[in-house]
Amino acid sequence: MMNIAVNPAKVPAVVFEKSTGYWQNVSQRFMRDRVAVFAAIVILILFAMAIFGNQLAPHDPFAASIMKRLKPIGFPGHWLGTDELGRDMLTRLIVGTKLSLFMGITPVVLAFCIGSVIGIIAGYAGGAVNTLIMRTIDVFYAFPSVLLAIALSGVLGAGITNSLISLTIVFIPPIARVSESVTTQIRSRDFVDAARASGANAFTIVRVHVLGNVLGPIFVYATSLIAVSMILASGLSFLGLGVKPPEPEWGLMLNTLRTAIYVQPWIAAMPGVMIFITSIAFNLLSDGLRTAMEIKN
Amino acid sequence: MNTHTTQSMDITPHAHADVGGPTQPLLMVQDLIKHFALPKDILGRSSGVVRAVDGIDFAVRKGETLGVVGESGCGKSTTARLLMNLTVPDHGDIIFDGQSVGSKELSLKEFRRQAQMVFQDSYASLNPRLTIEDSVAFAPQVHGVDKQAAIDRARDLLARVGLDPRRFAERYPHELSGGQRQRVNIARALALQPRLIILDEAVSALDKSVEAQVLNLLLDLKEEFGLTYVFISHDLNVVRYISDRVMVMYLGQVVEIGDCETLFESPRHPYTRALLSSVPSMDPDNRTEEPPLSGDPPNPINPPSGCRFHTRCVHAESVCSTTMPKLVTDAQGTGVACLMHVVRSGHSAAPLSEQEAA
Amino acid sequence: MLSFLLRRILYTLPIMLGVALVCFALVHLAPDDPLVSILPPDASQELQARLMEIYGFNKPYPEQFFRWVMRALQGDLGTSIASGRPVSTEVMTAVANTLRLAIFATLIGFIFGCLFGFVAGYFQNSWIDKAASLTSVLGVSVPHYWLGMVLVIIFSSTLMWLPPSGAGPGGSADWHWNWEHMQHLILPAVTMSVIPMGIIARTVRALVADILAQEFIVGLRAKGLTNVGIFMHVVKNAAPTALAVMGLQLGYLLGGSILIETVFSWPGTGFLLNAAIFQRDLPLLQGTILVLAMFFVVLNLIVDVIQTLLDPRIARG
Repeated sequence: MMNIAVNPAKVPAVVFEKSTGYWQNVSQRFMRDRVAVFAAIVILILFAMAIFGNQLAPHDPFAASIMKRLKPIGFPGHWLGTDELGRDMLTRLIVGTKLSLFMGITPVVLAFCIGSVIGIIAGYAGGAVNTLIMRTIDVFYAFPSVLLAIALSGVLGAGITNSLISLTIVFIPPIARVSESVTTQIRSRDFVDAARASGANAFTIVRVHVLGNVLGPIFVYATSLIAVSMILASGLSFLGLGVKPPEPEWGLMLNTLRTAIYVQPWIAAMPGVMIFITSIAFNLLSDGLRTAMEIKN
Repeated sequence: MNTHTTQSMDITPHAHADVGGPTQPLLMVQDLIKHFALPKDILGRSSGVVRAVDGIDFAVRKGETLGVVGESGCGKSTTARLLMNLTVPDHGDIIFDGQSVGSKELSLKEFRRQAQMVFQDSYASLNPRLTIEDSVAFAPQVHGVDKQAAIDRARDLLARVGLDPRRFAERYPHELSGGQRQRVNIARALALQPRLIILDEAVSALDKSVEAQVLNLLLDLKEEFGLTYVFISHDLNVVRYISDRVMVMYLGQVVEIGDCETLFESPRHPYTRALLSSVPSMDPDNRTEEPPLSGDPPNPINPPSGCRFHTRCVHAESVCSTTMPKLVTDAQGTGVACLMHVVRSGHSAAPLSEQEAA
Repeated sequence: MLSFLLRRILYTLPIMLGVALVCFALVHLAPDDPLVSILPPDASQELQARLMEIYGFNKPYPEQFFRWVMRALQGDLGTSIASGRPVSTEVMTAVANTLRLAIFATLIGFIFGCLFGFVAGYFQNSWIDKAASLTSVLGVSVPHYWLGMVLVIIFSSTLMWLPPSGAGPGGSADWHWNWEHMQHLILPAVTMSVIPMGIIARTVRALVADILAQEFIVGLRAKGLTNVGIFMHVVKNAAPTALAVMGLQLGYLLGGSILIETVFSWPGTGFLLNAAIFQRDLPLLQGTILVLAMFFVVLNLIVDVIQTLLDPRIARG
């Protein structure tokens, strides 16, 4: 029965061969996808606009002027015209990025945090706990998302906080479902059994073995919801249930400019273009991530 | 110069005390039962129960390798999972070195320090997100070893199983071949310095040449660390090569158990005989004329009454369909569950007295 | 398979109960007093109390819930506080309008979606595929209510081909399948069809690509099956899922029509919902949400059943 003790003096200065980890592989694949990279750049530009909006904008977003109402595109001093209260469109579009992105992304982030916890617990625990949690989720799933969002918003009232709450609630069930599904798949893999056989408790196993394998797919699914969230959030503002005037937010701007359709149609349509671009970018980004992570289904 | 020999790097055998002494079997299984309920239909009626493991008893002596063989569906893998408590048994006792697992003397967590398992699918057994050394170092950390010491131990073990740590420690499972991964799994099983290792079809998925290497590695490790193995496989040649004693299972029960060579040379249970004769011979003159076993193995949901093998047995008589033969093991750990070997069982070939049976 | 279907149908019942519960809870989350919209601010305590009594707002919640459900099962969804008409009538008229719109939109979306998706999947990775895929990404990403506005700008305001709003002369109750009415249907339906078109195109593309890549197709070709034959085969295999997705999209449109109906002033359930919210008309709100959600649940059920009938493997899974 030998005593195996390694003598460090005898082992030569070692260089351990490294290999490419999972995330390195993913980013390599992602970088090769031109469409996805383009989408990522667009999103970075949008974020830049959100952060530096106030510095970039030529005018004050709240500066109204009755005389300068609804001036057309190309009007001197106001390249993209003015809105129904005489405020500069270019400014409002740029400054509006911050709030619009915030309203679209925050619910998904919150739903990701809450929904993934719910789903992972349900998926790992299995049995009665799983059934109880998932059946409750199913009830909320039985509502079409738009309906639920509007009903919740309508009931809670307009305003930023209320909209965030209702949208978060709308996105929790789908994220929880995906989390549960992925966790259940991982749970049945042998390496989880091996970890259990080592005597580890559930918390440790989830932390070390489950999370690393599960958060990736859930995250990618969540990114695919951002585009939907942007449209829903701006939709709520469009109906008057979301952001309240005079805050610059693209959906709200579409609402207040509706009456201007006949007078200055292109100005009235502009905020929607921003929403469209953002939505496309996030969809393409999400698709690119999914391909890079080679997730089927 | 030896500048250090730390406790954590010490891979002496039996970091755990030998509680029961040399005559105490390391593992004793008593009346282990596991039934899986089938989904109920619309009216709540159960469609039945899969009797995966239906009352088995056996013992594993310290330092031996017990081979477990049987056809698919006989319950071998379920037994392995029951031993490790990955599946909770419905009934039965597992006694490790004289102490009941899950009792105050021996908690489940403590048992899992001393008994480990190697699975069949080498890829699925490793977390694709962890490096090899992290996978091997996980279990020691769970039991309180600090991270660097665990990593050092992991690298040491990798070297022991034939994988150069400099090349492999920081790699990921998908970069290794099947044989290499199985070595990693073995290293992982050794990380807690266990006394018992259960190998569930551990070499079945490997190419033959690799299989031979891994088998020899297992034998070396057993010798070096004083391990005890339960080796489950459907490959009779492999079992014969590595085992000291062999246990044959059929439809959730043990039908025969005994010394390896004796069992292979002169099998007593009709099923064992049939199973062994199904191994193709290399000798062209020694051809198998008739299939040794007729029909498909019956369903574990509705096993035949009485002796479970009677529907396929060439020696079956009417008493076989009514009476269930019990497995009785003697002092050497040999036993057979067949009415032909039970004194005055009612079978025409049964011995009439104890002397005849001996 | 029968027991699977039976179980699926029975499972719907607790879901429906849960949905009713959520509807009820939703509305009673409202921070305001339910009568705030009809009562003048200086109404006497007595009047308030009496109205609470009549509408039943002063009873404990479980009792209110129970009574509401019982009456709903008999078709009585209460009376609208704002208009005084029975909620069921209002909702059903509106539902009929929305259904016309949604079904039309779904059909358009389905046809074009299948077309684009099929073509993309068949000619995988060619420029046709890229173009079709691009179209479907655009379809899925577009804010549909904005698209409605743009279409109104182009076709109503500028070109003056189609009317910008409403459901035709005679208001919502008077519908005929003639050009006078149907011209009002076109813009909203096309707008509505864009998202389903995008989703169906994506789904069909993935399905077709999957099926074509499977080995049994090679086997079929080897047996000498013509291209038309293979086409039929692909259609047969893709149909169940495609139809299922279409069914689900119909459900989403029914429930989510509010945005487009607001843009086009289409007198459907979405429009009604809008009105109910801004008038704080709780019975109407409750009733509308309930009916829409129930439609969705039943639709899901029908889709599941049809899918199982078309593809029996599901029942065994």
